[in-house]
Amino acid sequence: MELATTYLGLPLKNPVMPGASPLVDQLDNVRRLEDAGAAAIVMHSLFEEQITKDQLAEFAHTENPAESFSEATSYFPRMEDYAFGPDRYLEQISRIKASVDIPVIGSLNGISLGGWIDHARLIEQAGADALELNVYYVATDPDESGIAVEKRTLDILEAVKESITIPIAVKLSPFFSSPGHFAKQIDSLGAAGVILYNRFYQPDIDIEELEATHRLDLSNSTELRLRLRWAAILHSHLKADIAVSGGVHTTEDIIKAIMCGANVVQVVSSLLKYGPSHIGSLIAGLRHWLEDHEYESVDQMRGSMSLKNCPDPSVFERANYLRVLQLWKV
Amino acid sequence: MGTLDANEAVASVAYRLNEFFAIYPITPSSPMAEHADEWSAGGRKNLWGAVPSVLEMQSEGGAAGALHGALQAGSLSASFTCSQGLLLMIPNMYKIAGELTPFCLHVTARALATHALSIFGDHSDVMACRQTGFALLCGGSVQEAQDTAVISQMVTLRSRIPFLHFFDGFRTSHEVSKISLLSDDDLRSLIDDSGIAAHRDRALTPDRPKIRGTAQNPDAFFQAREAGNPYYAALPGLVKEAMATFAARTGRIYQPFDYEGAPDAERVVVIMGSGAEAVAETVTWLNENGQKTGVLKVRLYRPFSVEDFAATLPKSVKSIAVLDRSKEPGALGEPLYLDVVAALRQAENAGLIPQAQSIQVIGGRYGLGSKEFTPAMVKAVFDELAKPAPKRVFTVGINDDVTGLSLDYDPEFEVIAAGMKQAVFFGLGSDGTVGANKNSIKIIGEGTDNYAQGYFVYDSKKAGAMTVSHLRFGPNPIRSTYLIRQAEFVACHRFDLLNQVSVLDYAKPGGIFLLNSPGDPHEVWDRLPHEIQEQIIRKKLSFYAIDASTVARNVGMAGRINTIMQTCYFAISGVLPKDEAIDAIKYAIKKTYGKRGDAVVQKNYDAVDGTLANLVQVNYSDTATSTINLQPLVPKNAPDFVQRVTALMLGGKGDLLPVSAFPIDGTWPTGTTQWEKRNIAEEIPVWETDICIQCNKCAIVCPHAAIRPKVYQPERLVNAPPTFKSTEFKARDYPGMLYSLQVAAEDCTGCQLCVQVCPAKDKANPSRKAINMVPQIPLRDAERENFAFFLDLPEPDRAMLRDDVKTTQFMQPLFEFSGACAGCGETPYIKLLTQLFGDRLLIANATGCSSIYGGNLPTTPYTQNACGRGPAWANSLFEDNAEFGLGFRASLDQSKVFAEVLLRGQAGVLGDDLVTSILTAEQCDEIGINAQRERVVAVRAALAGQNTSEAHTLTQIADYLVEKSVWILGGDGWAYDIGFGGLDHVIASGRNVNIMVLDTEVYSNTGGQQSKSTPLGAVAKFSMAGKALPKKDLGLIATTYGSVYVARIAMGAKDGHAVTVMREAESYPGPSLIIAYSHCVAHGYSMAQGLEQQKRAVACGYWPLFRFDPRRAEKGENPMKLDSAAPKGLLTDFTRNETRFQMLERINPERSAMLQQMAADSVKERFAHYQQMAATKETPISSETTTPNA
Repeated sequence: MELATTYLGLPLKNPVMPGASPLVDQLDNVRRLEDAGAAAIVMHSLFEEQITKDQLAEFAHTENPAESFSEATSYFPRMEDYAFGPDRYLEQISRIKASVDIPVIGSLNGISLGGWIDHARLIEQAGADALELNVYYVATDPDESGIAVEKRTLDILEAVKESITIPIAVKLSPFFSSPGHFAKQIDSLGAAGVILYNRFYQPDIDIEELEATHRLDLSNSTELRLRLRWAAILHSHLKADIAVSGGVHTTEDIIKAIMCGANVVQVVSSLLKYGPSHIGSLIAGLRHWLEDHEYESVDQMRGSMSLKNCPDPSVFERANYLRVLQLWKV
Repeated sequence: MGTLDANEAVASVAYRLNEFFAIYPITPSSPMAEHADEWSAGGRKNLWGAVPSVLEMQSEGGAAGALHGALQAGSLSASFTCSQGLLLMIPNMYKIAGELTPFCLHVTARALATHALSIFGDHSDVMACRQTGFALLCGGSVQEAQDTAVISQMVTLRSRIPFLHFFDGFRTSHEVSKISLLSDDDLRSLIDDSGIAAHRDRALTPDRPKIRGTAQNPDAFFQAREAGNPYYAALPGLVKEAMATFAARTGRIYQPFDYEGAPDAERVVVIMGSGAEAVAETVTWLNENGQKTGVLKVRLYRPFSVEDFAATLPKSVKSIAVLDRSKEPGALGEPLYLDVVAALRQAENAGLIPQAQSIQVIGGRYGLGSKEFTPAMVKAVFDELAKPAPKRVFTVGINDDVTGLSLDYDPEFEVIAAGMKQAVFFGLGSDGTVGANKNSIKIIGEGTDNYAQGYFVYDSKKAGAMTVSHLRFGPNPIRSTYLIRQAEFVACHRFDLLNQVSVLDYAKPGGIFLLNSPGDPHEVWDRLPHEIQEQIIRKKLSFYAIDASTVARNVGMAGRINTIMQTCYFAISGVLPKDEAIDAIKYAIKKTYGKRGDAVVQKNYDAVDGTLANLVQVNYSDTATSTINLQPLVPKNAPDFVQRVTALMLGGKGDLLPVSAFPIDGTWPTGTTQWEKRNIAEEIPVWETDICIQCNKCAIVCPHAAIRPKVYQPERLVNAPPTFKSTEFKARDYPGMLYSLQVAAEDCTGCQLCVQVCPAKDKANPSRKAINMVPQIPLRDAERENFAFFLDLPEPDRAMLRDDVKTTQFMQPLFEFSGACAGCGETPYIKLLTQLFGDRLLIANATGCSSIYGGNLPTTPYTQNACGRGPAWANSLFEDNAEFGLGFRASLDQSKVFAEVLLRGQAGVLGDDLVTSILTAEQCDEIGINAQRERVVAVRAALAGQNTSEAHTLTQIADYLVEKSVWILGGDGWAYDIGFGGLDHVIASGRNVNIMVLDTEVYSNTGGQQSKSTPLGAVAKFSMAGKALPKKDLGLIATTYGSVYVARIAMGAKDGHAVTVMREAESYPGPSLIIAYSHCVAHGYSMAQGLEQQKRAVACGYWPLFRFDPRRAEKGENPMKLDSAAPKGLLTDFTRNETRFQMLERINPERSAMLQQMAADSVKERFAHYQQMAATKETPISSETTTPNA
């Protein structure tokens, strides 16, 4: 059974990889993932805020109290006088790269044009084989148009594309009025892949403290369906590869995603739940299913259930909505 | 050439020429040690290719011991210190010199604490060492300090005599100047390796065993003491040789004594240090104006070479004024004066100066504690010498209207070198003005042919601190070692400073004035006070304005206006072509902040780029039109002393106060911060009566006592100001009473701790709390009136108040409006202490932050209640504070015993009932204390008619019959390090003292050096690689005595616990030790988050709260009570928010991860240990342990 495929121009031994998550912080985990068969390693996101706001905050917290009082013209050792070690994130990429034989994909997350984009180049220099670009943007300003929101991502993509030569995959949000058109624009700017989709972590409310709180819930397979629909729609419209991320928990989920057109799937929640070696079970499951169903290769089933090839494409269109509602009525 | 201060220049020489440094931080020498440590941590090598090691010790005494050992073991060693630190080294200095050991001690000469502490420069400390056997060599400028540093090293290696190399604290140590730097090749050519080899040969080693440090008896000691004489005799010659070698290499010529001036001078000033430069400047001017004067600069002060002195002094001299920067009360004269007098006599006897007897010698003191020493004063000295009968002993620079010693001088007299330009900048510490000006000096110094000089004057307060930068540049080396009086360019970086300081007094007529003013700069003229308009018109100033704060805010750098104002300076002044200047500013930004990240650099670039479009030249008419007037610095109802003395000091005119204005013994009135209205908060909290739940948490956490609650009868509201807020008091015990929460708007620092801690939220709009920050200026006048009305509301009956957080805050704070940092984590504890026990409180305060915000003039925060009672406070030293406080206790107890003796003796007059009731009085609470006070009143009344000495004495000391509460306060630098030995002894004494350690986990006051309290994994100065060992568990150590009340508190985590602990500690009739977690700017995060961080510290188990009360052991219970829950979450929940931990993550992530893991393990282990202690059922203390007697 041929599971090998390509993604972002990178030859992969199979289409299953861990998505961006803290699993990669520990080299042990990374090795376990490779041993279990992961096709590639995706770094956790390096956030624009980590790069810029942390810098500015640290600057303010060390500089503002300085040069105020004759006995203490500073409160911290002077940074000019010692060499900084490499950025931890970049160093981790290098370490992972040195430890594994599979491709390593960096991940950069931000929402504005600025100095942080330079980190794309640093990630490339650190040895990453490709870069995920994640523009995780919540459009809270009602005066900001959809076009402006789209332009924000496109501008960042252009800026990053100019600064690096490794392939770029853009991790998308599902919240665009015309996701297909937007994906095509990204495609036309030369992105090598799109990732469907970002999971927006929705804030919760603490009703005692009257505070909005951060809460991280792991995904479940029901979240996959949104991705399936859009993978199916976008397949054949894009030169770029498609990765499905979010809601991939089982072998069946992987199969569905590939059938809808995904080149690869990214798995996070189930790995966090069951550990890195779980990816091996998923890959083994995929292999068995394909064998049981007499597929020759994983490529053979890719896109078989896309909008173009699906026996009943209307399920991916508006009819899907109507039928589901009608089913509920019944 | 390089542009740097003397500390850096000297440290660079010392670092490259030594192998080992043992140091202890002390102002103003600390930066030298910090440079050495940073270079060592960065792997910088010395001249011989090794990286020197730097060891921070627990005190200067410890450093001296370590140095002595290292020297004996053969290392090339050096250190940096001054003042009290130098005094602590003296015992070892005798040893090091007695053993003829090559060694250089670099000293930033600083005043010694006498009637007061002074961190500033004079020669008192150096003079206290002239008998140790060290050679004393002085540098009078940044250039000279660098050069004499290497000359010291050259000679000590050749001569074996250790050197105390010194230069003036602050004036030279902190002056940034363009100088010729010594390269490695220079040093290599100057240092004779044979001296190093000889030093190593003398090292103690079992391979060539020797013994040193013997005890000698009368048969041997004296002769042996004389045996080293030839070495001292040879030293001046070796110094001259070294100076000649140095001159041959560098072209800079020095002599043991240097003379400048007329070869046929008749009047000569003899002086050491930076003052010599001002004298030289003046001599040049005087001689150009037809006089014959000169200055003899003393460089090699010990050994004092009569031959060289005589050879240097012009033969024509008829009179000499010897100027000493020190004071030796009761002596015939100050040390240098006496040396010169003796030298003249010896020179005469030796035939070197045959006419010496005819030379008139007078001696004067100048510049104590960095008092200004200007050409005007120098001229007064020369004028005095010209008089037929000059004062034999005099002072200069002050107005001594008590003993009449001072010389009059013309304050208008100035000597300005040709081509020299001067600029003065008034800024805030937090806006970065000083940093930008240091860069400006470098830009001018290194980007042009000009010489440049920068000197920076800082505030006595930490919150909202003002800085004044004095910048000079010109075509010749700058020798003006004093502040600028009249500048071509004056900039005021904060509008409010116009009301506090006479900014425009510094502006030269026809000069330029640049003002940062909020609002449209085109309309700034009408916002100026009338007096300022008048000055601008009268001086015909070119006036420029910019709203730099808005420019900064728009580029995301709120509050940091430094690069904006710097850009304005270069654009207006024309020092460099505009584009060139902007490029240079950006280069400096990149160089200074490059390591902080691209975002930081870019934001600063944006600020520069956004500046010029917003800079406006303001046109003005010939008439002042403003209806706004400058406000008096203190209100008219302030006490006479405050009006006469304090107000002048507040306005920067303290130099004008005569001697008679000052207390003779360092005793000052308390309660003076209330008269200084600093208005430093841009936003202040405003109370919402409908949301408030009256918990008073805002009041307990306020570091500056600037938000206070009161409860009162409704009728008190009559005549309340219209905006005074009030609401029904929510307490069943007080029906019908009203409650107010009032902000002292002009004293608030805007730290936001009160808003952060406020638990009450508007249910419809939770972003609105019971207190919210709003701009101060629109509220200032109304809130001033409201606060005055609030203060007049009656204080509560303390006897009726309970001990919970809420009710303690109705007690009057007797510590208010200190100069501590905005959001300080220490001061809420002190304020609470004064609320609980302030009217019977004696405080012994270790040197450090708490002694600075507690006792740094002009105004001090400890105050009095309506009865005139309040904390009595004193600072002795850094190292002796526990013992100092113990002395308070011993004295109080002794006085009480004596009063009781006298009381019994007066029983016939007083009656047995009164005597017995006093002797048996319970004074454990407010009721008991008040009752005893009333009995003392009765005693005095009864004794009023008695005319015996016993009755008079009892009347005088009867107050000692009322219990006093002795508290010993200080930081962790004191308690864990320098004062630990004393603290240990005091808690072992069993005496009734209370020690509170305000634990910031670093030396905060001197700028964040590690102490033994610094936690594992934190970066601090002298632990740049992250501290590898856990902090000392001082509390646990104290519990081992079993007889000490010990507690660990964190107000931000559990305020009620802090209140309980203070009560318990005070009531415990033996020693108590409280360790109080204090967040600090040295932790590197917004102080508004300080309380949240305290919560996290406790929640994750980093800071377990506990009480160890020996009274429980007496009852057979476990004395240990763990008051915080088992750790929840991770240590990183706490550490990840603080720069001190995160810095290591950036520098060395691997080590950071390793140390964080070790720290997490250590936290777990310690908590488990505490749990085990608290869980033990048996009393872990010996049954013999008893509560000590008071």
